[in-house]
Amino acid sequence: MTVDEVVSELRSGMTIGIGGWGSRRKPMAVVRAICRSSLTDLTVVAYGGPDVGLLCATGKVAKVVGGFVTLTSIPLDPHWRVARQAGQVSVMEVDEGMFYTGLQAAAWRLPFLPTRAGLGSDVMTVNPDLKTVRSPYQDGPFATPEDAGADFVAMPALRLDVALVHANRADTAGNAQFLGPDRFFDELFLGAAKRRFVTAERVVENGKLTDEGPLSAITVTRLMTDGVVETPGGAHFTACDPDYGRDETFMKEYAAAAGDADAWAAFKARYLDVDEDGYHAAVRDRVEAAK
Amino acid sequence: MSTDTETTETGTDTAGPTRAEVCAVACAEAWRDAGEIMASPFGTIPALGARIAKLTFSPDLVLTDGEAALMVGAPPIGTPADQLVRESLMQYRMVFDVVWSGRRHIMMMASQIDRTGNQNLSAIGDHAKPKVQLIGVRGAPGNSVNHQTSYWVPNHSPRTFVAEVDMVSGAGYARAAAAGPGATRYHDVQVVVSNLGVFDFDTPDHAMRIRSVHPGVTVDQVQDATGFDLVVPDQVPESRLPTDAELHLLRDVLDPRSLRDREIKA
Repeated sequence: MTVDEVVSELRSGMTIGIGGWGSRRKPMAVVRAICRSSLTDLTVVAYGGPDVGLLCATGKVAKVVGGFVTLTSIPLDPHWRVARQAGQVSVMEVDEGMFYTGLQAAAWRLPFLPTRAGLGSDVMTVNPDLKTVRSPYQDGPFATPEDAGADFVAMPALRLDVALVHANRADTAGNAQFLGPDRFFDELFLGAAKRRFVTAERVVENGKLTDEGPLSAITVTRLMTDGVVETPGGAHFTACDPDYGRDETFMKEYAAAAGDADAWAAFKARYLDVDEDGYHAAVRDRVEAAK
Repeated sequence: MSTDTETTETGTDTAGPTRAEVCAVACAEAWRDAGEIMASPFGTIPALGARIAKLTFSPDLVLTDGEAALMVGAPPIGTPADQLVRESLMQYRMVFDVVWSGRRHIMMMASQIDRTGNQNLSAIGDHAKPKVQLIGVRGAPGNSVNHQTSYWVPNHSPRTFVAEVDMVSGAGYARAAAAGPGATRYHDVQVVVSNLGVFDFDTPDHAMRIRSVHPGVTVDQVQDATGFDLVVPDQVPESRLPTDAELHLLRDVLDPRSLRDREIKA
């Protein structure tokens, strides 16, 4: 499968979940392909990083579901700030743990799961459709007196039309492996979605992932995926440890292009109005020019 | 986030403790007698505080490497990742297991904080179209109703200590009470440390009280820099000075490059 074939399965108005966390292990090759597509009006569900920033800056996004959009070493993605302050995108802003709970509910095919996270905060005010739930065990053998009268947030399932995640390795059958220290919530994004796509630094033959790293790192099974794509450098400029770290200088160039029409036009022409090979060529040229 | 800083008056004796160092031990005090829990400091000075606590009076504290592991010991801030000694995995998903088990005391920053400890990290102005987009609620709502929570505000002013925050991220006492026993059961906002003093909520209605003012700061100065009426005890002590051992740790071990002075001007 190719990145463009993945994007051809997307439709305007869809709800798209994107794995990774902040500026770590984002499926940026697919994000770039969405940026140069004609898709619009997407709802993006993510522990947001430059994936969300880029999609907002290219006008692809109607709504974002999440608790933040960060570049990690830069606490707030400035493209996100620009989009929000211009009122260009709406947001369902929820606590990070509520988000986790919502993905889990969707992956387990439940309408909601209870959580304490969110109680007392304005997350409940700015999302007036969120409701609370009381334990049905107010008496009887399962009653917990200390929870008598306690209400919890009924976090609704975050159901996705499509999930996009980036792994270090995948195999031809659709299993995938995370060789870095954190798998983040990627399995839950895949579980919450109708159509599930994994991009990977390298795709190996079925049965060969254990040559790449430990079995315990293969936490995405073929039961959870519909397609894999080999995209070397596919997470650039986010971190994809241990294959490569975050490209901090490129990320600064990205951040500096926010809110400046000329700088953004130049960035877009150089890095986004080209295909994935053209992108990586431009990144290489940039490194050469800096020498 | 607002970057304006108050003019601070620190001791003129350059060998004496700086305001940043007083703040660091004030932060450390938040973790005194904490036992074996995860300390999650945000900001340079809270990071120093948690390390001082671990290296002195709270040796069982556990610190993360900021990525996906728990660290052995309390290495200097800015230690390169490849020199850290890790003792276990602590992936983001595991962090939520810790948060919801209650075995954690976080010290978050606050772009705004109010009289009963509501904190805002999300946005200033209308949430639908903010005047200023901040970093977002992050994990603050869940943190504040699941485990001990404290705050660090390096720029105490009427713009940060406000009558009412624009978007409650971490829940304070009044909002937790209004949400009922599900919210109050584990809600425990402990202290607010600012560049001017230390504040708590040990009052009948959980209104913010001055616990101590940093040396060189007056109660009037603190009240003038606060956008609501603070509870002022009859006797307001001065925040304690770092011990010689703590100063040695700060200056020679944990922060020899004085990164603390970038957060609070010496």
